[in-house]
Amino acid sequence: MSNSMQHAEHSVAHDDHDHSAEEVRKHVNRYLLIGLALMIGTGLTVWAAFIDFGKFLPGGESVNWNVIVALIIACAKGFLVVGFFMHLISEKKMIYSVLAFTVFFFAALMYLTIWSMEHSNIVHLQQ
Amino acid sequence: MEIPYAVKPRPDTGLYNAKVGIWLFLASEVMLFGALFSSYILLRVGAPAGTWPHHWLNVILGMINTIVLIASSVTVVLSWASLKMGQFGRYRVFQAITLLCALTFMLIKSFEYRDKFNHYEFQLKDGSVVDGHVDWEKTTAKVPKWIPFKLSGEGKIVVEHANVISKYPTTAENHAQLMEGPAPLSKEAKEAEERPEKEIEVSQVKAFSNYGPWHNTYTAIYFTLTGLHALHVVGGAIVIFMIWGPLAGVYRKDPVRYTNRVEVSGLFWHLVDLVWIFLFPVLYLL
Amino acid sequence: MDSAHSAHSHTHAHDHDHDHDHGHDEHHELGFWQKYIFSTDHKVIGVQYGITALLFLFFGFVLMMMMRWQLAYPGHAMPIVGKFLYKILGPSMVGVEPDQMVNGVMVAKGNPGVMMPDLYNSFGAMHGTIMVFLAIVPLAFGAFGNFVTPLQIGAPDMTFPRVNMVSYQFYFWGGVIMLASFFIPGGAAKSGWTSYSPLATVADAHVPNGQTFWIIGMVFLITSSLLGAVNFITTIIQLRAKGLSWMRLPFFVWAQFVTAFLLLLAFPPLEAAGVLQLMDNLLGTSFFLPTGLVVAGQASVVSGGGSPLLWQHLFWFLGHPEVYVLILPAMGIVTEIIANNTRKPIWGYRSMVYAAMVIGFLSFIVWAHHMYLTGMGTRIATFFQTTTMMISIPSVIILTALFISLWGGSIRFNTPMLFALAFLPMFGIGGLTGLPLGFNASDIHLHDTYYVIAHFHYIVAPGTIFGLFAGIYYWYPKITGRFMSETWGKVHFTLSFIFMNLLFMPMFIQGMEGMSRRMYDGGTFYLGTDQVHGLSNWVIGLNRNISMAAWALGLAQIPFIVNFFYSINNGKKITNDNPWGATTLEWQTPTPPPHGNFEKPIEVFRGPYEYSVPGHVTDYTTQNEPDKHSHGNPVRS
Repeated sequence: MSNSMQHAEHSVAHDDHDHSAEEVRKHVNRYLLIGLALMIGTGLTVWAAFIDFGKFLPGGESVNWNVIVALIIACAKGFLVVGFFMHLISEKKMIYSVLAFTVFFFAALMYLTIWSMEHSNIVHLQQ
Repeated sequence: MEIPYAVKPRPDTGLYNAKVGIWLFLASEVMLFGALFSSYILLRVGAPAGTWPHHWLNVILGMINTIVLIASSVTVVLSWASLKMGQFGRYRVFQAITLLCALTFMLIKSFEYRDKFNHYEFQLKDGSVVDGHVDWEKTTAKVPKWIPFKLSGEGKIVVEHANVISKYPTTAENHAQLMEGPAPLSKEAKEAEERPEKEIEVSQVKAFSNYGPWHNTYTAIYFTLTGLHALHVVGGAIVIFMIWGPLAGVYRKDPVRYTNRVEVSGLFWHLVDLVWIFLFPVLYLL
Repeated sequence: MDSAHSAHSHTHAHDHDHDHDHGHDEHHELGFWQKYIFSTDHKVIGVQYGITALLFLFFGFVLMMMMRWQLAYPGHAMPIVGKFLYKILGPSMVGVEPDQMVNGVMVAKGNPGVMMPDLYNSFGAMHGTIMVFLAIVPLAFGAFGNFVTPLQIGAPDMTFPRVNMVSYQFYFWGGVIMLASFFIPGGAAKSGWTSYSPLATVADAHVPNGQTFWIIGMVFLITSSLLGAVNFITTIIQLRAKGLSWMRLPFFVWAQFVTAFLLLLAFPPLEAAGVLQLMDNLLGTSFFLPTGLVVAGQASVVSGGGSPLLWQHLFWFLGHPEVYVLILPAMGIVTEIIANNTRKPIWGYRSMVYAAMVIGFLSFIVWAHHMYLTGMGTRIATFFQTTTMMISIPSVIILTALFISLWGGSIRFNTPMLFALAFLPMFGIGGLTGLPLGFNASDIHLHDTYYVIAHFHYIVAPGTIFGLFAGIYYWYPKITGRFMSETWGKVHFTLSFIFMNLLFMPMFIQGMEGMSRRMYDGGTFYLGTDQVHGLSNWVIGLNRNISMAAWALGLAQIPFIVNFFYSINNGKKITNDNPWGATTLEWQTPTPPPHGNFEKPIEVFRGPYEYSVPGHVTDYTTQNEPDKHSHGNPVRS
């Protein structure tokens, strides 16, 4: 590798205190493990889709356990991606505050929209 | 004039400008896809009981695509880590794999799309419904693949492994039979024998369409969500490619700036992955 | 993201020192295109936004003046523009007056220029769209935000100057697409600025139609706003000058900050809705088209199964925060001007800041109060009614703080201050008349009547637009180095104030009498039935008074337009860089500010409104004036 590349390594390592070269080196295995976990999660979610959870979990037909299980797995996978690949678990406070607003408004958009259909005659609760 | 904190982090926030910018942009993306997911829920809850389609998509292909995207997310983060450790060569290799993954994803996706455009539902004048893939070699009629779905002239249409429903859609069971679509994969060979091909004359057809976005609200939201996601894949891949190839010279002049760019494009790529992690169960499995 | 920028910076010797050494580049001679059209300088972009938005404001107003003719004199040919419109838009849009019986004899009148229903609907939809998305938001956020915000926080430019340029271009081309839609077959979008489906999807039989253009135009405008919002927030977070902590930011910056968040998070759902409606429009999907839809007596050939309510949810999820996008920047401008002209600190600065944040926060969970009549459940309606009442509290806090700020001040009644002062009661009227619309019981009576029109126009027209006029008069000397004429400014203010009220006040009456807002003939159809069920002569007669006031208001803008252009070269010259004696940082630059804004890095020592500090030699203490105890320039005391 040329001189300039070595110079580059030098400056990268010294400019960012949170993610120094040493620190990053330690994380490489973690990234691989998370990748593996995500793939296992994918298999799990496919497996879970072909099982009728309603048969042996409480609530029976009235609770759609398959949807709940699938969303729980998806959220767990999402957490791994956002938390570790996007480094959100070690992110700065400013980013957290921005995202806190987003999460709130996202929830409002999801929940209130559904709620507003509560008494309307076009809701057909299925399965 | 130089904009402050374009490369170095601002001391009190600990962030460089583009990092703040990309997170804000991602927040807006979350709201964009959030609105579409909320549309999905509203349409699904609003559909009469038993009419929302299940397992219309090929789960194996969807799963492969999920794994391809996860793999690309791993290589993206590893390529950034390589840059941080000053290993430019390894960065290049990892990011090349990312680009290959993006290409694979798009190829599989386009295959899935094509499949849906060859899949038709014909409502016949006698009230029955014929549903399946058109065998274009044996078909002599001119069957459009795009709106408006109108047949003219004469000829026959040959449908492979036709799913024939005698009455449509007067009863819930008939509707359910249609909504079941192709049965789970393991039975596919058996299915093929059970469902022989079916010939229809143009004059028999009352109405028809293929499984494009216009077919019903499920295909509509499926094509919208995956289409918009695919646009993000293409956009992200183009940015990653630009940084990887034509703009690689920046690394020599300003490695910190270059690493920042890789990080920012990586953050966008992870979001694309994240969206797919939710799209896959919602559209393919539930 | 900024490759050209880095390539450019490397031509300078001191580029690694940029944190401490900005603003001293020798000025390259840029070509015309780079300097005025594709400029990356926030000030040029601000002016671009301002001029484009003012043109759209004028155009949107002209559309309304033509509609007011149709409402006041239904079926009569429009004067002045009638023949011209007949020529360019054709007989399907602009008709010919029918023959009339005069003294028992049929007289052929044959005057071309009668506004046909389709054209009226198009003008209505485009008046709303243009005023909200192409005039007021770009003026309040794009123009003032771009020009003033970086200056007020002591920044050399926006964080992403080229993104800023792209943002303007998206806005401009979005506007061009909107305007182009008037000339396509079938004319521009005609389903209201809210574009409710299924009407919006089925209004025109052929595609692409006006609605297609509207959606694509909107996608451009949304993209522009998103890019702008990302840039504004990043700039305010990252580029505040040394010492400029959050609670030292001028309220204007806070208003822009909250506004940017609203745009960032509320616009994407509308973009999603736009994509879905575009699919319905072009690809025959049924996102918003219900099963069994019948159009013009014929069963629609669509799959059905969609939800018209879905569009309303997604639209109003943007639509309500958008209201605060319109009003917050105006509140920011008015606050700056009131502090400056009362020569005393703003009363309750902190509570105003928190109120602005609470407004931003609550504005996302009130949207369904636009949808009480859709048959939603009573519990959810109660929820939205409650949040709607709650959101009036922070608005009242801001208004009250501004009123109290006037107390005991030695007020300078110059033109910007007059507009700023008029803003307060006008916004008050607009806000208070909104309360009956927020309660779902009273809304059932008032929904979709002229009362609604009067309510939100009081907020936006004599409210926001007065705030924007105030801003134009106030910052004009910073941009041009000259004042606008005070005399003509006062004429402009007085006439505008009178005619605005004559225009909108009668609409409250019409609305309470039950006049629907969407009647092409101004309600004449209901005249002459019995006085119990129909609208009275007097209520319909108000249409003419309102229209006269509207045209007079149009004429009242002539002094402004002339003043605006005349003063560029002939206005009274400013004698120093801080002609109003203001405290904030935008007045600490040369006039007009050079590329890079500040001649040397600026440091802030105090809050934004230190006026009339006892013992200080002037009645204002600029934010960058050092404290007595800190080293630096000695304080004159």
